[in-house]
Amino acid sequence: MMRAALAVLLVLLLGSAARAERLIVSVSNHRVTVTPNYSGEELVLFGSVEKDATTPADRKSYDLVVTVMGPRADMVTRRKERTFGIWINTDYRQFLEVPSYLALFANRSFEAITSPEVARRQQIGLNNVRLTQRVSGDYADVVPNDAFRSAFIRLRTERGLYREDPSAVTFLTPTLFRTGIPLPAEVPIGTYQVEIKLFADGAFIGKTETAFEIVKVGFEQFVATTARQNGLIYGLITAAMALMTGWMASIVFRKD
Amino acid sequence: MQLYLPIADLPVNVFLVLAMGAAVGFVSGMFGIGGGFLMTPLLIFIGITPAVAVASVASHIAASSFSGALAYWRRRAIDPALASVLLCGGVTGTALGVWTFTQLRALGQLDLMIALSYVVLLTTVGSLMFSEGLRALLRTRRGAVPPRRTHNWIHGLPLKMRFKRSKIYLSVIPVVIVGIVIGFIGAIMGIGGGFILVPIMIYLLRVPTSTVIGTSMVLTLVTMLFATLLHAATNHLVDAVLALILMVGGVTGAQFGARAGQKIRGEQLRLLLGLLILSVGVRFAIELVIRPEDLFTIRELGVNG
Repeated sequence: MMRAALAVLLVLLLGSAARAERLIVSVSNHRVTVTPNYSGEELVLFGSVEKDATTPADRKSYDLVVTVMGPRADMVTRRKERTFGIWINTDYRQFLEVPSYLALFANRSFEAITSPEVARRQQIGLNNVRLTQRVSGDYADVVPNDAFRSAFIRLRTERGLYREDPSAVTFLTPTLFRTGIPLPAEVPIGTYQVEIKLFADGAFIGKTETAFEIVKVGFEQFVATTARQNGLIYGLITAAMALMTGWMASIVFRKD
Repeated sequence: MQLYLPIADLPVNVFLVLAMGAAVGFVSGMFGIGGGFLMTPLLIFIGITPAVAVASVASHIAASSFSGALAYWRRRAIDPALASVLLCGGVTGTALGVWTFTQLRALGQLDLMIALSYVVLLTTVGSLMFSEGLRALLRTRRGAVPPRRTHNWIHGLPLKMRFKRSKIYLSVIPVVIVGIVIGFIGAIMGIGGGFILVPIMIYLLRVPTSTVIGTSMVLTLVTMLFATLLHAATNHLVDAVLALILMVGGVTGAQFGARAGQKIRGEQLRLLLGLLILSVGVRFAIELVIRPEDLFTIRELGVNG
């Protein structure tokens, strides 16, 4: 909550700097709670482009790219190869500090919004987002068509955790916009950064940021936390639970 | 009803898991086994990672073997001395197994090793059991008497000890080794090992049938409890919610299975069990040989913030 408030404050401060356009955004919910029967939900991000005196008079239409990034994590992508007739994990690549959730939304295709050069610099599109890999001691991103990189993006996309949708942002009026942020059932918990980048006539003219938080509540979160922080006690409780269940069954179903 | 499994990190249908627990429980009650070799593959099949499946099934087996062991204890069908010697090996084997499990997981070869172990163990045990059951069945058809039990080389080993309730005089070396082996594979594969342990105890150690199942259940119980503890403490992979649903389904199903099992003859039962074990093994083998749908897999190493 605090972080979200700070983000809003930051937005206001940035916005007040001398800029031609001001972006004002907000998400429908700054704190999403995942309960045991959570099966995914959609947040709504809405905002408006505010013009001021310095805005060129002939500027009529804007383009927007919204990037949502979940908490960062290290991941390993492995590739199976046929060895001695069976399929075995042979090669692997480590992805460092990559977003566990990544979504890119725009009001029209990324190619139409800006040039490939700007898109690369501003990390527009899944192909241009920086995904740092460790390749034999070096830390670098690789070309977009790298086998491991594209497999990584494809697998994350299949799980609904990575997505790009160049038609998700809709302009309600020439300056008022909204977009939905779908969060799948297995959404990672943590703080999500939202970056909204504004383009006009192919040029990047400004951005703003906001954030929201996904927290798990209830019994299952308690279980997950205990399992990770007090493994031994958790194990003892599970073992005791097993004994209790077994004992109760032997009483309930006792034949004599 | 959807329920979110906290460790498996996956929503599942409660009734599906409950039904799976009950079905495996039925089979395990019918054959007098723990049923881990069926439960773990089923969980993997519904999308739970092999690592979580193996670790969670351990506590499920502990529950079902405890209710079984209590029943056998009341009937005085457990040999405490034999169980203690087996446990010396079992606990060591489990610790070794969990350690190996952790190492394999770090190397990214855990899933492969689980699958390979299933193929090798289940096809071997399954076909042995199947052919043995077939021979026994043919023998009873022809009306021949089963061959008389003879002593084997195992009975010539030193460090002999008298196991009073089982009325056998046996070296502790093979008993401890059997315990280690069962504990080790149990921790890696998420099985109690009853379906291997019982034949070994009958054919190799010549333990009488009156105490064999009860005693093997004690070994299963303690090794699986220990495996649960170690998996929880080192790998944080035990899903208690999943385990609880499985336990409830399992112990209930087992009661009905036990009743059904009494109606079938011993040889037919062995034949059926052999066939079941064999088919699970073959299924794993097919999975290893055919080209996987996706050659790539992702594993998260932990969220940093």
